Amino acid sequence: MATQQSRSAARIMLAPAVILLLGWMLVPLTMTLYFSFKKYLPLRGGDLGWAGFDNYVRFVTSSAFWPSIQSTLIIVIGVLLITVVLGVLLAQLLDQPMWGQGIVRILVIAPFFVMPTVSALVWKNMFMDPVNGLLAHLWKFFGAQPVEWLSDAPLFSIIMIVSWQWLPFATLILLTAIQSLDSEQLEAAEMDGAPVLARFGYIVLPHLSRAIAIVILIQTIFLLSIFAEIFVTTGGAFGTRTLTYLIFQRVLESQNVGLGSAGGVYAIVLANIVAYFLMRIVGKNLDA
Amino acid sequence: MGRIVLNKVSKSFGDTEVIPPLDLTIEDGEFTVFVGPSGCGKSTLLRLIAGLEDVTAGTIEIDGKDATQVSPAKRGLAMVFQSYALYPHMTVRKNISFPLRMAKLDKAEQDRRVERAASVLNLTDYLDRRPGQLSGGQRQRVAIGRAIVREPAAFLFDEPLSNLDAALRVGMRLEISELHERLKTTMIYVTHDQVEAMTMADRIVVLRAGHIEQVGSPLELYHTPRNLFVAGFIGSPKMNFIAGKEAEKHGAHTVGIRPEHIMVTEKKGSWAGVVGVSEHLGSDTFLHVHETGLADTITVRAGGEVGFRHGDRIHLTPRDDVIHKFDTGGLRSE
Repeated sequence: MATQQSRSAARIMLAPAVILLLGWMLVPLTMTLYFSFKKYLPLRGGDLGWAGFDNYVRFVTSSAFWPSIQSTLIIVIGVLLITVVLGVLLAQLLDQPMWGQGIVRILVIAPFFVMPTVSALVWKNMFMDPVNGLLAHLWKFFGAQPVEWLSDAPLFSIIMIVSWQWLPFATLILLTAIQSLDSEQLEAAEMDGAPVLARFGYIVLPHLSRAIAIVILIQTIFLLSIFAEIFVTTGGAFGTRTLTYLIFQRVLESQNVGLGSAGGVYAIVLANIVAYFLMRIVGKNLDA
Repeated sequence: MGRIVLNKVSKSFGDTEVIPPLDLTIEDGEFTVFVGPSGCGKSTLLRLIAGLEDVTAGTIEIDGKDATQVSPAKRGLAMVFQSYALYPHMTVRKNISFPLRMAKLDKAEQDRRVERAASVLNLTDYLDRRPGQLSGGQRQRVAIGRAIVREPAAFLFDEPLSNLDAALRVGMRLEISELHERLKTTMIYVTHDQVEAMTMADRIVVLRAGHIEQVGSPLELYHTPRNLFVAGFIGSPKMNFIAGKEAEKHGAHTVGIRPEHIMVTEKKGSWAGVVGVSEHLGSDTFLHVHETGLADTITVRAGGEVGFRHGDRIHLTPRDDVIHKFDTGGLRSE
């Protein structure tokens, strides 16, 4: 099959895709690297020459840097906890035979199809609004003072919104994992005298460990870069400024492209460190 | 210790009755084999005894106590599954000790029992491996080990050998029989393989569509099958059935004659026929004889040395003393 001719033909035909992908990745990456070493203020004089590592130093020494790392971590870890725990429970539940299984499963996956901006707006205006929101009505029904979600519990609110979006993904992956569990193993454990909780702990959870690692890996990579949910709800106020949001503010609100680019490079490094460790965890799981 | 009594036990899934009301007593220490074609309800029956399925009606008694509503764990039975159902993330030691850990036995007793089971089953060198690193036969032994450490009232085997290759199967068959001799515990063994049933059982229960067709020792079933189904199911190759004129001569609707009870001669004999395919096993030769005018094919067991070829004309003579007679309903008459 792989004659000289077919190989060169294959190369020519693959070329457009490869060039497009490389361009897509390399052009922004080199531009970010380039700008991160520049003093570049578009509305205040434009390109003002090289800045050395000035931008990198300024980005990490600014008072907003460590709080932004903290809120990023809180959001990522919070969402991971909620989606994995609820995902395992929901997957368990959906695995039970029931009437209308197909429809229920489609409904469960539905939030994943809603655009982040839309779902954040829906949550903000229809659920969390302190006057007209559904939650406010619920609170009032029980005679409680409605909570001003986005200003009183801003991080928690964002974690809720993002968890709602990502729960279907976790559930779906975990459900397929649960379905691949050999039912005879559970029956054997039952015969061996393991009650329901022990069966879950000794058989189901270990079986799910690989799927959980995959869910954590994929979600972390996407959650590090959540933006729309913050942009349309709190706008970065009330301590919800994540690393991604800080970069956005540096570039567009402070009009300091150099400083923002340096932050972008930090974000790339951070994401790669996380990905590296998670890959190792997943890899270990795949070996066993 | 392990006397199991089924009293009018029946099982339906929705509207389909899988097992019609059925009575059966399994004596203590007995090796009982449930055998039947696939879909005959033998596995379901085993799962009812295990408690993995609820009975629709009737009662199950274990050791004189009503166990119908007792959970599987508390029935004191241990089961070996077809897929072995080992826990893949645990070592062999952890697998075998799992039921003991669940029963919260103290550590020293756990270790003692695991070591003993491992030495009985030749698993001592493999205790720290995981199931994925073992061969099929070793996995099977781990599954049996997990069953014996519980010191159950009875063992339940659900087609445990069907995932093994032929040579291993023969070996494991002997090991399980040996184990039964040593432990003297009640064992219930489900299989569709009548050779396994014949070689291992003290008593065979032949099932068809949930009905018990016959219960008896292997030789009872072989010598006096109660009906056509049992006659055809037990014995390999299958018994030959002849209906019509030849049967009427013996005063029956159908007569059955086993392949090993027919003599083959070149010249004279009761029936004439043409040799079709002959299967040479070395010790025996199975001849498929056609054009006898009795049935499509008559299977005959001849010695290993016979040299008949495809198309040869031969003569057959049945041994009159071992002809089985059946009436119009397919029941044994005599």
